[in-house]
Amino acid sequence: MKLGFSDVEEAFRRECASWFEDQMTGEFADIRGIANLVDKPERRKAWERRLAEHRYSCIGWPIAWGGRDATLNEQVIFAEEYARAGAPNRLNHMGVELLGPTLLALGSSEQKARFLPAIAEGTAIWCQGYSEPGAGSDLAAIRTRARRDGGEWVIEGQKIWTSLAQFADMIFVLARTEDGTGGREGLSFLLVDLDQPGIEIRPIRQINGESEFNEVFFDGARCPVENMVGAEGEGWIVSTTLLSFERGISTLGQQMQFRNELDAVIAAARRNGKAADPVFRQRLAEAEIGLRLMRYGALRMLADGKGGALAGAALTYKIQWASWRRALGELAMDVLGQEGEVAPTDAEGWPLLTNLYLYSRADTIYGGTNQIQRNLIAERGLGLPREPRGNA
Amino acid sequence: MAFALDEQQQMIAETAAAFFAENAEGERTRAAMANGIDRDLWRAYCRELGFGGLMVPEDLGGPGLGHVELAVVTEQAGRTLAAIPLLGHVMATAALLASDDRAAIEAHLPAMMAGDRIVAAGERGGEGTFVPHAAQCDLLLLLGEGGADLIEAGAATVEPMKSLDETRPLARVHASAGDPLPGGTVPCEAARAAGVLCLAAEALGGAQEALDRTIAFAREREQFGRPVGSFQAYKHRLADRAVEIEQARSAVWWAACALDEGHETRALALHAAKSFCADTYLRIAGDMIQLHGGIGFTWEHDAHLFFKRARAIANMLGDGPHHRERVARIMLDEAA
Repeated sequence: MKLGFSDVEEAFRRECASWFEDQMTGEFADIRGIANLVDKPERRKAWERRLAEHRYSCIGWPIAWGGRDATLNEQVIFAEEYARAGAPNRLNHMGVELLGPTLLALGSSEQKARFLPAIAEGTAIWCQGYSEPGAGSDLAAIRTRARRDGGEWVIEGQKIWTSLAQFADMIFVLARTEDGTGGREGLSFLLVDLDQPGIEIRPIRQINGESEFNEVFFDGARCPVENMVGAEGEGWIVSTTLLSFERGISTLGQQMQFRNELDAVIAAARRNGKAADPVFRQRLAEAEIGLRLMRYGALRMLADGKGGALAGAALTYKIQWASWRRALGELAMDVLGQEGEVAPTDAEGWPLLTNLYLYSRADTIYGGTNQIQRNLIAERGLGLPREPRGNA
Repeated sequence: MAFALDEQQQMIAETAAAFFAENAEGERTRAAMANGIDRDLWRAYCRELGFGGLMVPEDLGGPGLGHVELAVVTEQAGRTLAAIPLLGHVMATAALLASDDRAAIEAHLPAMMAGDRIVAAGERGGEGTFVPHAAQCDLLLLLGEGGADLIEAGAATVEPMKSLDETRPLARVHASAGDPLPGGTVPCEAARAAGVLCLAAEALGGAQEALDRTIAFAREREQFGRPVGSFQAYKHRLADRAVEIEQARSAVWWAACALDEGHETRALALHAAKSFCADTYLRIAGDMIQLHGGIGFTWEHDAHLFFKRARAIANMLGDGPHHRERVARIMLDEAA
């Protein structure tokens, strides 16, 4: 058993760190440290393209598709250094981390050739069309429909909580394509161009005043039949394959961002004297311990080495980090006191810690609520009997 | 990345699991509660299993294994609440080796490794400080500010106490002086580190066993025509504990590995592991009683044995607030 990374991996870390530092103190200094997902979208698109020029946009992909064939460890190191340098959240996270691996695993060769290069080059931004007003964590309740019209699918329905749809070029949609089906049956996975009549995107104003999420309305929107990934009616399998990537590598590098946030709380506590208060010292220590245990838990997951779909400890990871971060948000506000409630009136958004406090309320909801996570752990991990379910 | 048990470590874990499951089942633990130590079990652990000198280097007759191996073995001992003097043994072994005192090592270690000489270890303190197994041991290791002392049991005044955790009874110890181990605080720190790791791993094992048994109960026990484990109130509680146990396992492995590698996070890891694992054990042992309903409150059920062991671990070698304060010092004061 070993704690750290290898010398070769550490060399890769230095290479990444140095390049990010150059970019973030140079041409892209204006987007360094942006704490939200919505500021300066045009600059962030430029950043996506810059990453691509350096073959840094999708390092886990095969070399033939613009990636670097990076190992899991290298991907984690990359994500850590990315966050450490204060580089902004990826505008094309959905394309790079979710759709790309899904197409590589399940897409046809035509679909790969058609969609992967634009993701790798940072020219096509993707968003995710899963959730609906009546289907949040219960994806099997999806009602958005698609029907065949010659060589095209015609889509009717509504998606919600669609992150960054307002900046995206493409959306992957889970739609019901077979009449009279329910649950996981009769769903198909479609790749849809957002720039067409029959699609309307309405940003949702959130608890922090920003609009990362959107409603997306489909009223006769179309995509060619060859844009269906996997077989007709088997979209559920495609979508769960994709979600396994979401719960895998893409969450591991987050810890460096969490480190930055905890460091900001520590700095605030030192500044206003609460770092000397025994009660706050206990809470800060708990936060530090929680973060470290996340890191070593992640290293255990990596050592499991099951590729993209990480099992075992991974089952508990979402609830672990979401709960930790929500508690950190509360600790941040307790440390800051009233200072955390105010910003200059000409400020564009909330500062890091206030935004953390507000945004972290979403962490325990999106990607499967804490309640859903507990059911998953209990039923899949601990083998407890299933709850009675409706029509599934 | 190799932050996982290697093949040999996996084998040691399985061997230890089988040994304790076979030999330290509930009835035997209960029988040992009358005198605090299951001596046959301890001899078998030392000799048959050959773990009496787990961390003793090869030139001194041991297998020369590390803290990771110690942690996986101790975790299994904790699962079955084995009534053995593992804690004092581990602390004394670490202190002796760290002291490099050839005379003391030759005088004590061979008999310790054979399971013939039992050592109790604890902090030298006042009226409110108690040493586990002090009334059953042959030799005492007392830790103080300046260093560690070895004292023959007969040379100390030992006052046995009725103890909450009867599988590891406490005693009050009065000892004016003993043979100080050379090296000042070095053997002291080695003993504390090994002891803290030992307790954290034992807590992990106990917590895992308490969770597993509660899950088994929740799958079998029916109320309102359904297994109680199908109710969300059960599921969510058990899921939360499972999340904590995953973190506790990361904590133990981190601490063990950091000790073996002399990693810079060594101290942080030990404080984190002790506080986190003890808290986890306390919660799941408490839940074990609650989620078993009335039967969990009875003497016949094992839940109280876990509950009491968990409480004893939480207090021993520094409680949660103590270790979190040490974490706070490292993160807030030293790094400033």
